[in-house]
Amino acid sequence: MKILVCISNVPDTTTKVKFVDDFKRLDTTGIQWIINPWDELSLTRALELKDNPSNGIQCVTIAHVGLITTEPTIRKGLAIGADDAIRINTEPSDANFVAAQLAEVIKANPYDIILCGIESSDYNGSNVGGMLAEYLEYPSVSAVSELRIENGQVIINREIDGGKEVVTIPVPFVAIVQKGIAREPRIASMRGIMTARTKPIKVSEPITLDLFTEVVNFEMPKPHPTCKFIDPENPKLLVELLQNEAKVI
Amino acid sequence: MSVLVFTENWDGKFKKLSFEIVSYASKLAEKLGTFSIALSIGNVEKTELERLGKYGAGKVINVSDNLLNILDNQVYSSVIAQIVKKEDAKVIILACNNTGKAIAPRLSVKLKAGAASCVSKLPDSIDPFIVFKKVHSGNAFANIRINTDIKILTLAQNSFELIESENHATIENLPFQIDATLLKTQVKEVQKLTGKILLTDADIVVSGGRGMKSPDNWAPLIELADLLGAATACTRPVSDEGWRPHEEHTGQTGKIIAPNLYFAIGISGSTQHIAGVSSSKCIVAINIDKDAPVFEVARYGIVGDAMKVLPRLVEAVKEIKNK
Repeated sequence: MKILVCISNVPDTTTKVKFVDDFKRLDTTGIQWIINPWDELSLTRALELKDNPSNGIQCVTIAHVGLITTEPTIRKGLAIGADDAIRINTEPSDANFVAAQLAEVIKANPYDIILCGIESSDYNGSNVGGMLAEYLEYPSVSAVSELRIENGQVIINREIDGGKEVVTIPVPFVAIVQKGIAREPRIASMRGIMTARTKPIKVSEPITLDLFTEVVNFEMPKPHPTCKFIDPENPKLLVELLQNEAKVI
Repeated sequence: MSVLVFTENWDGKFKKLSFEIVSYASKLAEKLGTFSIALSIGNVEKTELERLGKYGAGKVINVSDNLLNILDNQVYSSVIAQIVKKEDAKVIILACNNTGKAIAPRLSVKLKAGAASCVSKLPDSIDPFIVFKKVHSGNAFANIRINTDIKILTLAQNSFELIESENHATIENLPFQIDATLLKTQVKEVQKLTGKILLTDADIVVSGGRGMKSPDNWAPLIELADLLGAATACTRPVSDEGWRPHEEHTGQTGKIIAPNLYFAIGISGSTQHIAGVSSSKCIVAINIDKDAPVFEVARYGIVGDAMKVLPRLVEAVKEIKNK
């Protein structure tokens, strides 16, 4: 079986975001770029599956939509252990655009298990995985918190409101992955970083497509009202304020 | 044209979230000069379906079939897409929860409809159609224009007030031919948390961080939650240490919640934690460090040792509850 992990290039999650051009564009000055956290967990799980020969995983490939400037993020994924990568050479304009680009590449060269993070930490869209599955006409399972292979059969835990379900799904399919899929993201070893330099990144040119959605502009959150401090000896006052002022209890 | 809202049920019942999305859909329909249709899939009693009318649904369409007892994303999106076409719906509303997030993107491709997820208010502009949503995990917001004829929105939880009226909806039971070959998901086992208030449903959440010092110190926190009818939560280090179960982890990579009241106890307030709770209506922080970033987002704060403050707070809540 072959696994494809779709990764997104996002600002480090501790970044204090700022915007330029009249709030139309993210200010990228000084931003550290990372693999989207959920994609990184997906990649970790894919590599864990490959580590156990009985799972029969031949290769783990990374797919990414982005310009050449994002290659360091792809190299990070290769350093963690992916075998090779495909980069579709365009700006990831919106979720539908990204999913359509990925689908083109996958149709030409199919994979059995496709992993997508449940959202990207920048646009918080939760759309690419499901859209990709629909373009490919593959089944999809969302909110996947565990994925294993038993006797060639894929077994998945998916989160539902108030619990989880254990489900099976035939390959090929798209798993939309959340926390739990792997405990900690795998860290690249020195050897991994060295070998990543020579691993192949295949570059594909994009298809043209109308955009379904576009960002008009960004806004910053409203400043929070100043915190009202209450004497630790007098929590009764807090309860009264919650009851009478905030009216939340 | 119409606005279609997909109302998921839980063992045949709707919940607050369902009424929020129906209220939203109905208000949006009013803005567009049309009416809203609620679509229920699965086995729901007529009296329960009628409740959707109260929140403004002009009509309720009910589709039930045994094949729909399993949530298969392909089957569900194909059913919804057919009804969208039949009812000439131009806007489709779903909840921004696991089910909504699983179905909306598939629908988007099927219907060539632009999708925006977790929008948090009514669109300011209808033409062009511009929606407002959180980005960068709550550190910013974006106005997003949807360019397509049909639009798909998922609505963030607890972001829209319920609007009740005297409205009655007509109920239409729609016989439906489901393409069984699409059904690929097989459910082997269901594990449900019982007798607990679900974190994602709760109006009040009491959450603990590393400032709780040890997993043995959780009793007063749980007592406070029980007194308030609240759910319990925790930070990532706490769940990573195994002090509390993983399903309680709130934050960027854990659960994103938006209760009316959030108690952050012994939580310093890392960017990643705040990202998961910043949509809460009111945050109360108890922390020993007066410079902890959690106080920047809190409405009320107590600087003190959680172990000392918590028991006093429990007593104060008991006193008020007993009045």
